[in-house]
Amino acid sequence: MKTIVIGVIGADVHAVGNRIIEYVLTNEGYNVVNIGVLSTQEDFINAAIETNAQMIMVSSLYGHGELDCVGLREKCVEAGIGEILLYVGGNIVVGKQDFETVEKRFKDMGFNRVFPPGVTIDQVLPTIKADLETR
Amino acid sequence: MNACLLIDFGSTYTKLTAVDLDLGILLGTSSHFTTVSSDIRLGYHRALSLLKEKIGVIPFSKIIACSSAAGGLKMAAVGLVEELTVEAAKRACYGAGGKVDLVFSHFLTKTDIDLMKTKKIDIVLLAGGTDGGNSEVVIHNAKMLASANLKIPIIFAGNKAAQDDIRDIFTEKQVNGFICENIMPKLNVLNIDKAKEVVRKIFLENIIVAKGIKQIESEIDAVMLPTPYAVLKAAELLSKGYLHEEGLGDLVISDVGGATTDLYSLGYGYPKRADVVLKGLSEPFAKRTVEGDLGMRYSALGIDATLSEQERALYLEQGIDMRKEAQFRHDHVDMIALSPYDCEIDRLFGGICHDKAMSRHVGKMEQAYTPMGLLYYQTGKDLTQVKYIIGTGGVVIHDEKPQEMLLKLCADNQKPLELRPVKPQFLIDRQYVLSAMGLLSIDHPEIALKIMKGSLEKI
Repeated sequence: MKTIVIGVIGADVHAVGNRIIEYVLTNEGYNVVNIGVLSTQEDFINAAIETNAQMIMVSSLYGHGELDCVGLREKCVEAGIGEILLYVGGNIVVGKQDFETVEKRFKDMGFNRVFPPGVTIDQVLPTIKADLETR
Repeated sequence: MNACLLIDFGSTYTKLTAVDLDLGILLGTSSHFTTVSSDIRLGYHRALSLLKEKIGVIPFSKIIACSSAAGGLKMAAVGLVEELTVEAAKRACYGAGGKVDLVFSHFLTKTDIDLMKTKKIDIVLLAGGTDGGNSEVVIHNAKMLASANLKIPIIFAGNKAAQDDIRDIFTEKQVNGFICENIMPKLNVLNIDKAKEVVRKIFLENIIVAKGIKQIESEIDAVMLPTPYAVLKAAELLSKGYLHEEGLGDLVISDVGGATTDLYSLGYGYPKRADVVLKGLSEPFAKRTVEGDLGMRYSALGIDATLSEQERALYLEQGIDMRKEAQFRHDHVDMIALSPYDCEIDRLFGGICHDKAMSRHVGKMEQAYTPMGLLYYQTGKDLTQVKYIIGTGGVVIHDEKPQEMLLKLCADNQKPLELRPVKPQFLIDRQYVLSAMGLLSIDHPEIALKIMKGSLEKI
């Protein structure tokens, strides 16, 4: 069974979407490790190490996601899980910005997949499935 | 009369407690230096004659003991991630009454194994990985431990998926290995009861034999528990109550000794407010922490080391050279404070032990400024509503003003984020009955509870 660590990063307490993601991914047969709201980068990484996860899925809805996500990939590399899949989605930047440039910025930070506001978890399922198949 | 004798073989003193089981009362107590280095029975005999002088010759229908003699139960806690399985492993060791002399995370190295040899560890607790999680590291660590030929029991309490491999490794290398339930089966879920039970079993079957304590069993019925385990058992009973005899509710017990400072907290410690989010590894109802660097004599230098230069300077202004005092106590471990000045210094040291140990034991509240306003999250136990703090251990029991030391466990304006007890009632375990009552509670919880409630002194 593939393991996915999910959570809401930074000083963000949006819990509803987080629960929906947990519900949908669990129903799809994934082992979901939900670290909940107010999670730090270290919380995500520690959880991924102990559970041997193949993917970390970061949610951020309060606009400060970019600040919260800087350096996550580098820390993963340091922690010995540099190859792990990193997803991020939600309202990940301040205000309405052109998504293409946002996506590029997050990909430059080391995220494998970046999703704009309004994308639901079931829309992402085929991508998750395809990405995890090779792991 | 149906009487029972309870013995606590401590590192320094052998303490005897006699109980009348028919009347459910304490008959008397006595103590003598522990003589485990020569023959543990000598100290016991002397304590027994002292007891006879006090209460006369009484036939005991049962004689049982707990022990922390000969260095206690020295454990190495091995886990994967420091904040997760390493922390869980430490809690399992403390909960089982052990001392955690070594802590390791991630892959064990040859240097780590050498350290286990030089520190003369009694038991290794190997954890790592949630069930179905990482198994690479625990398997590596099991191989390292098995090939090191440590000749000590090794408990594997990690990822269930690695159990078979690890059992094979243990069998192949003829390790005295034990496989038990994962102490962290899911992320942040603590499951230490089975591991605690295995530690207790090993303590009874291997450790007391190796330490020369077993020979006492020619004269008594059995050594049943490591002493801290007995205290934890007593504390849990005292907190929860038994049948119609009510317990005291949430409580904290402090035991400042010569070498360590032990804190016990009983209670779930959940957030007390609706706007607080609970984070991190779950906490056991009965939690014990041990600070090996904080103690009144052997570890007095550790007390000094926790002070900043500024704090030291402030004490100097009052005419107290903390470093000198700590060094003196460290060099004279049998020193008994008699002069008012020495008592004052001991009180100061005891207070610092309490203060620092509580900072490490208690839960913390942190603030997060969010677009939705100020929010709080809590890691660890909220002890603000604790009703009682019980002081045990020589420095508190024998002091004229134990309140001063016990107050250092409580809420402090300088530490607003620590969830310390706010308005507890102080109790003193003057007759040192807690460990004995833990033993008694195995068969007679109602009597043990009544005696504890009767003998703890309000101050």
